[in-house]
Amino acid sequence: MSSAHTASYRNVDALRAGLSRRKTLDQLFVIVGLIVMLACLMVLAVLFIDLVRDGAPRFSLDFFTNFASRNAERAGILAAWVGTSLVMLVTAVCAVPVGVAAAIYLEEYAPKNWFTAIIEINVTNLAGVPSIVYGLLALGLFVYQFDLGQSIAAAGLTLALLILPIVIVATREAIRSVPNSIREAAYGLGATRWEVTKDHVLPYSTGGVLTGMILGLSRAIGETAPIITIGALSFIAFLPQSPFTSEFPFISFQWLRDPFTVMPIQMFNWVSRPDQAFQANAAAAGAILLAMTLMMNGIAIWIRYRFRKKINW
Amino acid sequence: MSQTIASTGLSPNALRYRKARDRIVEFFLLAAGLVAVFTTLAIVAILVYESSAFFQHVPLKDFLTDTMWTPLFADAHYGILPLVAGTLTTTIVALLVAVPLGTTIAIYLSEFAPHHVRETVKPILELLGAVPTVVYGYFALTMVTPALQLLMPELPGFNMLSAGLVIGLMIVPYVSSVSEDAMRAVPRYMREGSYAMGATRLQTALRVVVPGAFSGLAAAFILGISRAVGETMVVAIAAGMQPNLTFDPREPAATITAYIVQVSLGDLPHGSIGYQSIFAAGLVLMLITLIFNVVGFSLTRRFREAY
Repeated sequence: MSSAHTASYRNVDALRAGLSRRKTLDQLFVIVGLIVMLACLMVLAVLFIDLVRDGAPRFSLDFFTNFASRNAERAGILAAWVGTSLVMLVTAVCAVPVGVAAAIYLEEYAPKNWFTAIIEINVTNLAGVPSIVYGLLALGLFVYQFDLGQSIAAAGLTLALLILPIVIVATREAIRSVPNSIREAAYGLGATRWEVTKDHVLPYSTGGVLTGMILGLSRAIGETAPIITIGALSFIAFLPQSPFTSEFPFISFQWLRDPFTVMPIQMFNWVSRPDQAFQANAAAAGAILLAMTLMMNGIAIWIRYRFRKKINW
Repeated sequence: MSQTIASTGLSPNALRYRKARDRIVEFFLLAAGLVAVFTTLAIVAILVYESSAFFQHVPLKDFLTDTMWTPLFADAHYGILPLVAGTLTTTIVALLVAVPLGTTIAIYLSEFAPHHVRETVKPILELLGAVPTVVYGYFALTMVTPALQLLMPELPGFNMLSAGLVIGLMIVPYVSSVSEDAMRAVPRYMREGSYAMGATRLQTALRVVVPGAFSGLAAAFILGISRAVGETMVVAIAAGMQPNLTFDPREPAATITAYIVQVSLGDLPHGSIGYQSIFAAGLVLMLITLIFNVVGFSLTRRFREAY
């Protein structure tokens, strides 16, 4: 340190000036940080208010019970919300068992070797693959190789693959948080590995599994690109066949092969029309979609909180 | 007595059954785990298979050097450059928004905010990342573009600037959340050492915590880049779908993802050159993501701080 430098710091006034300058900068950053953070949170509020305001003229029961139409005021989201519900059903039925099973394998069964490492790396990488690439996979594999066509089944399977990493990661975290003492106690009583898993580890991780499932579905419900890629139609003026029939066996899976549309595609279709009247429809559909997503996320946060509070190891 | 033992599953037969059941269950669990591996293999296989058909029609040299992308026109050109330029431009605009905002929020939450603020804000920020991208597209087209047009009257209705800005906002939560985790992992004693030397919180954050967490920050930025490169709906809605070789964000242009959407909206016959071209575009998208990830990974390795 040069003597001049040392000397300046002997000067108490200079030291005080430097200190107060540094403290001012510190306070300034607190303000900047708060503003930036609030601005980002405001975006969410502005987004929602804007959608509700623009879509307000369309909110009525008719909007939910009408099919798409050339007339903006009569166009509704009946085909879209029925389609979304059915696709989500297929997605959940496929993604949850496979995701949970994969997570159990990785946490409870997998030996530590290169083979397990490959599975783990794959799960991590799949989470980073752009969603439209899943659409291309589905177009080549499900639509043409498996000959599922542009059906509810193809869309549900695509979204199931897309949210698989989310379900796996959330379930693994939940399983990992079950203390080893619980497992050891069960093994000590002669339980096999599957018995330990099914009777102890899984029941204690229910909260995490549910959270992962809901977060995954809330991601899937808003996904547009992969569904467009498999070629879902945006103008659908009919419903898929009913799963319940009047004749034996009273239940039909024909709807799995039916063409469909979903909420985000219906919204995209309305947004990309030059006619301004359809922007209100787009906003109304967007508000409903956003409300569904936020609600699902809210439930997930609530479940996580509840289970964290309830379980006390 | 033997009755009781059998009913509790401890007789030799019952034990054998339980062990056999265990092996069968393990097989199914392993099969579920392998779904992830097969998905990756299937993605690579499909992209390479359909692209190889594409490259039998289109020489690789044209693909990489031609400055026009018009596969569906009578006068077909197959130069990927305009689409890559569109993708890079929107990504750069998005990063110019997301990196400063995301890092600022992360520093604030990790070093300045009281515990209860952090616990409240983090889940709300996560909600921002959960908004469907088609909603962000609507936001870009109907709010951000008109607002920008007040500042720049000559701005066209479709432009990369508005799409990029909105993508940037969209990836702020990803960047801030991963960065914050990285900063919180910097050991407490390093901060205390800095405070003991008389540094303020801001000085500690910028000169001790940020350099210490650099590898984690790099990972956060890479995650943001991957999101921005692969983002589809915002650009498809707000940036226009015309391939346009330019790096000027004020112009309309198509990205790789927007092109895939545009082709998928039409009804292209299976096996046609247009159909194959979206797989070639998808392959390029995957390669760009891969390059960023490899660069990011080596950066992370090089600057990793071990405590």
